[in-house]
Amino acid sequence: MTVTIDSDGSGEHANTPGGSASVSPVDAGAPGDLRTSRAKLVVRRFARNRNALIGLVVIVLLYAAAFLSPLFAPWSYTELDYDNFLVSPSGSHWFGTSKVGEDMFALVMRGLQKSLTIGLLVGLISTSLSAIVGATAGYFGGWVDRAMMWLVDLLLVLPSFLILAILSPAFKGKTWLIFVLLLGLFSWMITARIVRGMTFTLREREYVKAARFMGQAPWRIIVKHIVPNMASLLIIDATVNVGAAVIAETGLSYFGFGVQPPDVSLGTLIASGTESAQTFPWLFLFPSMFLVVFVLAVNVVGDGLRDAIDPNSAGGRRKDRRKARKEYQDAKDKARANAPALAGKEAS
Amino acid sequence: MIGFLARRLVNYVILCLVATFLAYLLASLTFDPVAILMQRNPPPPEAAIAAKRLALHFDQPIPLRFVHWLGGVVHGDFGRTVTDHNVGDELLPRMGVSLRLFLVGVTVGVILGVILGVVSAIRQYKISDYAATVFSFVILSTPVFVIGPLLKTGALQVNDWLGTEYLKFTGEQTPGFDGSWLASLGDRLRYLIVPTLTIALQQIAYYSRYQRSAMLDVLGSDFLRTASAKGLTRRRVLFKHGLRTALIPMATLFAFGFGLLIVGGTFTEHIFGWYGMGDWLIVGVNTQDANVVATVTLFVAVLVLISGWLSDVLYAALDPRVRV
Amino acid sequence: MTAAQTMFDEQAPSENGPVLRVSDLTVSFPSESGRVQAVRGLNYEVSAGEVLGIVGESGSGKSVSSLAVMGLLPQQARISGSIKFRDRELLGLSDDQLSKIRGKRISMVFQDPLSALTPVYTVGDQIAEALRAHGHSMSKQQAHNRAVELLDLVGIPNAANRAKAFPHEFSGGMRQRAVIAIAIANDPDLIIADEPTTALDVTVQAQVLEVLKTAQEVTGAGIVIITHDLGVVAGFADRLMVMYAGKAVETGQVDEIYAHPRMPYTLGLLGSIPRLDAEERQPLVPIEGQPPSLVDLPPGCPFAPRCPMVVDACREAEPPLSDVDGSEQHRAACIRANELIAEDPDAAEVFEVEAVEEAAIAKVPREQRPIVLSVNELVKHFPLTKGAVFKRRVGTVHAVDGVSFDIRAGETLGLVGESGCGKTTTLMEILGLDTLMGGDIAILGNLTTSLTKQSRREIRRDMQVVFQDPMASLDPRMPIGDVLAEPMQVHGYSKQKIASRIPELLDLVGLRAEHAERYPAEFSGGQRQRIGIARALALEPKLIVLDEPVSALDVSIQAGVINLLDELKAKLELAYLFVAHDLSVVRHIADRVAVMYLGKIVEIGEVDGVFGDAKHPYTQALLSAIPIPDPVAERSRERIILTGDLPSPANPPRGCRFHTRCFTFAALPEDKRQRCLDEEPVLAAHGDDQQAACHFPRARAVL
Ligand SMILES: Nc1ncnc2c1ncn2[C@@H]1O[C@H](COP(=O)(O)OP(=O)(O)OP(=O)(O)O)[C@@H](O)[C@H]1O
Ligand code: SF4
Ligand code: SF4
Ligand SMILES: [Mg+2]
Repeated sequence: MTVTIDSDGSGEHANTPGGSASVSPVDAGAPGDLRTSRAKLVVRRFARNRNALIGLVVIVLLYAAAFLSPLFAPWSYTELDYDNFLVSPSGSHWFGTSKVGEDMFALVMRGLQKSLTIGLLVGLISTSLSAIVGATAGYFGGWVDRAMMWLVDLLLVLPSFLILAILSPAFKGKTWLIFVLLLGLFSWMITARIVRGMTFTLREREYVKAARFMGQAPWRIIVKHIVPNMASLLIIDATVNVGAAVIAETGLSYFGFGVQPPDVSLGTLIASGTESAQTFPWLFLFPSMFLVVFVLAVNVVGDGLRDAIDPNSAGGRRKDRRKARKEYQDAKDKARANAPALAGKEAS
Repeated sequence: MIGFLARRLVNYVILCLVATFLAYLLASLTFDPVAILMQRNPPPPEAAIAAKRLALHFDQPIPLRFVHWLGGVVHGDFGRTVTDHNVGDELLPRMGVSLRLFLVGVTVGVILGVILGVVSAIRQYKISDYAATVFSFVILSTPVFVIGPLLKTGALQVNDWLGTEYLKFTGEQTPGFDGSWLASLGDRLRYLIVPTLTIALQQIAYYSRYQRSAMLDVLGSDFLRTASAKGLTRRRVLFKHGLRTALIPMATLFAFGFGLLIVGGTFTEHIFGWYGMGDWLIVGVNTQDANVVATVTLFVAVLVLISGWLSDVLYAALDPRVRV
Repeated sequence: MTAAQTMFDEQAPSENGPVLRVSDLTVSFPSESGRVQAVRGLNYEVSAGEVLGIVGESGSGKSVSSLAVMGLLPQQARISGSIKFRDRELLGLSDDQLSKIRGKRISMVFQDPLSALTPVYTVGDQIAEALRAHGHSMSKQQAHNRAVELLDLVGIPNAANRAKAFPHEFSGGMRQRAVIAIAIANDPDLIIADEPTTALDVTVQAQVLEVLKTAQEVTGAGIVIITHDLGVVAGFADRLMVMYAGKAVETGQVDEIYAHPRMPYTLGLLGSIPRLDAEERQPLVPIEGQPPSLVDLPPGCPFAPRCPMVVDACREAEPPLSDVDGSEQHRAACIRANELIAEDPDAAEVFEVEAVEEAAIAKVPREQRPIVLSVNELVKHFPLTKGAVFKRRVGTVHAVDGVSFDIRAGETLGLVGESGCGKTTTLMEILGLDTLMGGDIAILGNLTTSLTKQSRREIRRDMQVVFQDPMASLDPRMPIGDVLAEPMQVHGYSKQKIASRIPELLDLVGLRAEHAERYPAEFSGGQRQRIGIARALALEPKLIVLDEPVSALDVSIQAGVINLLDELKAKLELAYLFVAHDLSVVRHIADRVAVMYLGKIVEIGEVDGVFGDAKHPYTQALLSAIPIPDPVAERSRERIILTGDLPSPANPPRGCRFHTRCFTFAALPEDKRQRCLDEEPVLAAHGDDQQAACHFPRARAVL
């Protein structure tokens, strides 16, 4: 039996049925630094996933387009072309114009800019919040944990979409940053629940116990041992959360509960294009296309990352009896903890 | 077991109340219907505004207003709207509209989703699996407010092709339609197809992803190996032992899929001009009406409650390990 | 066995010749780094009524080769060669054709009973299903009745009722019996058992092996039993096949192989097992290094990198399996087998291991050494809860219920018992340094209940822990250097001191200084366990608490770690509290031993005393359940088979907790039994340093 890379600190080690694998133990002539070799391995696996790679390229291109296109595009989103109302895509108006003569390309790029910025910020805020709250609840347990779980349950009954809709009058006419903050504040629960579940398992890991028994302080244990071992999970979730945030933002903006005029986002553009989706399809199709392509790319990348980081382990190795029992328990917990995790991920 | 489910029920009821209270609280804090009133041209007289304030119980602290409202709810009185209509009058028809959409959508979604998921898992890495994967990824990345108009366009094409306006998508029945109940049902069905498809597509994509991974987990399990070693055929092993076990995690998922359904439903109603609960929420926020918002919240909470509770019952029915 | 007679034709099947003949079997799988040659040309056969043992380390291809026979390998496996069952070629049969053979003529028992049964159907239904899958004329009722008979046959008490239970209501041992019942349901000609007892406690292992023997008697089937433990098969198998790197490296009659192994690998394996029947402390034989990677195996003998007898010629071509000792039966794949025949050396000589010197402190009489740990009447109960959301308390788990012992400087106390008896809980209470539910713990003379912040820190320094699972005990995100530095940082060592101490520590546990740069994933299980030990040594503790430190390791690797612990103990004069479920390991390493049963110590004392002349029936049963890697001795042993499982610690039996399973009790006359039922026995002295808690202690030979 040779040992491979430990996936996400879950202590699993991949073993092909024959018992051989990619990284060999030290004495059998191991490669150099593992930090690089592990990262290399993940990168290699990811790169082999062609779809994920394409997704990554698409995301980069979309960001580039959103932020760089104003430099060379013929029209700016504030300009109105009084000669051309509602014209279909052409050489001068690549995506056509709106009924007041705005250039759709400029508008879509502007909307994309806003939506992507909001998505990124909200993804970061919510993932960091989930890491903090989830790890704290999971590590300390007790009332902290119960309070958090209750809050999560409450937010399932009271969807964050509803809350934000209700709160929308409060940030009407204020900066969109408030909106970002609120959106971030109401989208951490699901990841937090996964983080908590994972912390539960990590807390029982022997290296965490070892740290505790050598007298290490709890917050140091969280920072040194728990969070780093969830890094992969957090990276994946942050990615997927960006997509979810973009959908949530556009959905709210669609109803006028999010980004407020004169600002535009993909959501407001789609909303105003919907009416004429059948007659002037370019008003609806272009913003929709950019939205779907971005979210799809994000989801594909998230999926690719998951595959790359988590080498489907559990081989034919003889299991210790306690381990077998624990795995069974873990699997059950996972099923329960993941169920909510899965939900709402894609919820708009 | 019964005790367990009963306790769950109590927990859900408390959650519902708290959720409704929160919604009411937030709405009362942020909404200012009087301000809307004052924007009218010409501005209404001072006395009218004062009367409005009184009618809306703005002289009372919010928790008291909530208790007042809740007291009414118990007797079937959901208060009055800002425009002074009875909230309760509108409630039933709107509920009917939403429930029709949800129930058909979720039933179609769960059944087709499970089938699709199982088939992809069994035929992992075959063309059908890739197709199903692409389908669910695309659908899950496409918000309802994009799917809806696209399906509308598609329905127009179908109608064009059929030469008659067979599929309808504005409203929920032909205004003033007159005919036997069967004909009326047929008429409603024509209006139901496109919106239901909008919502069902998402549910199918959602459930098929998780059913696929649940099934894959089970496919690698030791007990399937034992079942094969007994001499069962592959088909029996897959269905009798595999699928049956892979359905268990779906029970929990069911409760959470409902959240997706409700938000999706709001968009669907809006897009297809159905006057349902989702549409009402938008109206409520736009007119800054705390009573309407609280009523919709209560409806949503009760729905989530029921689905959560059903989920528990289903889970217990499927998994002997949790039957205490 | 009346039931059995009606169910099985006792006659061995009439056809002659081997039941199963595997020739030139190769199996390979695709992997990240290339094709894994899991099985590389395997030949064997099994006759009716014969038991073939297949032995080898993890990854040697044991399971893959047997799954190939069953046609249960995943689709991506590439298989070639021939598998003939009663002269019918199985390779290439369709799934439908195979499913008529599977479960009917060949059946299989898997390793992990916990996951081997479908959780949503009752045990009875799952057995009945196996019957109906092949006996189409059988009615539901008939199948059910037969299932109950089968459950009864494999020793499930109250079978008619238990058949209605779901798998999760069965203990591990009971589930394995149920799986065996499924395997024998259709009176097969061949039963393949893949590590059927690895996941079980020794006492349950003895029960399950007994059931397998019964199964073989009633069905007359040939049995292939796969194991990594040479002890398990010694008394059970007729012939043995030792596998290494996907090939058989030695085959023959059990007696011959155990007495005269002719391949250095087999020799090493036999030498690596700590033996219960060892009179004096012999050093164990570790086989250094790792089994080779099965991708791109270099030419030559695959064992060459680990072989103490390797010569240049070994690396040229892979030695074929050839007859040794002039016997057709005994074959080995080693070019130097002849030298082994000529000299018949023992493993320690070949592998050049030396006995460890005793520490100076061990020569001081026990009473004169200071006490490092004393545990007095320790109690720990857990609330037993039900329900996921609303936890409600439905009882109390008496995990530890009044445990007392002490450990003196330079001494090792082994704490043994079945799983769930409270060993780990005891350790956690000691390590927690928290308030106790009952009793007290003093470490180096300090009561844990009255610690100041300062003295708590000091105790954290003087007492260290080594965990069971080498994969989980090191943070995978930290290089080894940081892992070793962490305790020293916590205890305020200076940077220079830490930097100089790390190479020292690595050297101490037999690793190299440059390993500090590397990450845990790069090390093998045994190496990681050494790192865990090095971490425990970093602060120069006086007491190390070890929770099953070797139970997750292969025997050959385990031997090295045990030797290391032995050596460190002598060199650094450490005291160990060594928790294990394996009594032979404890016998090898400990000075004193405490046997736990349901939260209480039932026997405690000096190892030679307790192992040589056990007084408590439970100790006797535990000892008797341990297999000895010596076929001759095994066959003549009279095994005490404990009935049933460990009772629930939530509801321990009244009076003597052991009475539900006690054979002494069962043999007592009615009037004397009452005492066991009413009165809880207390530890009473037998000899200088041996105490047992039994009202009717009597000596009994168990080896
Ligand atoms: N946190 C807990 N809550 C409830 N019961 C517990 C807890 N920890 C242990 N137990 C129970 O206490 C009993 C003793 O457990 P413990 O793990 O100490 O036994 P053990 O002999 O070390 O077992 P093993 O050999 O499997 O490690 C078991 O029945 C176990 O289920
Ligand atoms: S052939 Fe050589 S290397 Fe292989 S076991 Fe024999 S002596 Fe050792
Ligand atoms: S006291 Fe009685 S029941 Fe207990 S071990 Fe002794 S003989 Fe057995
Ligand atoms: Mg334990």
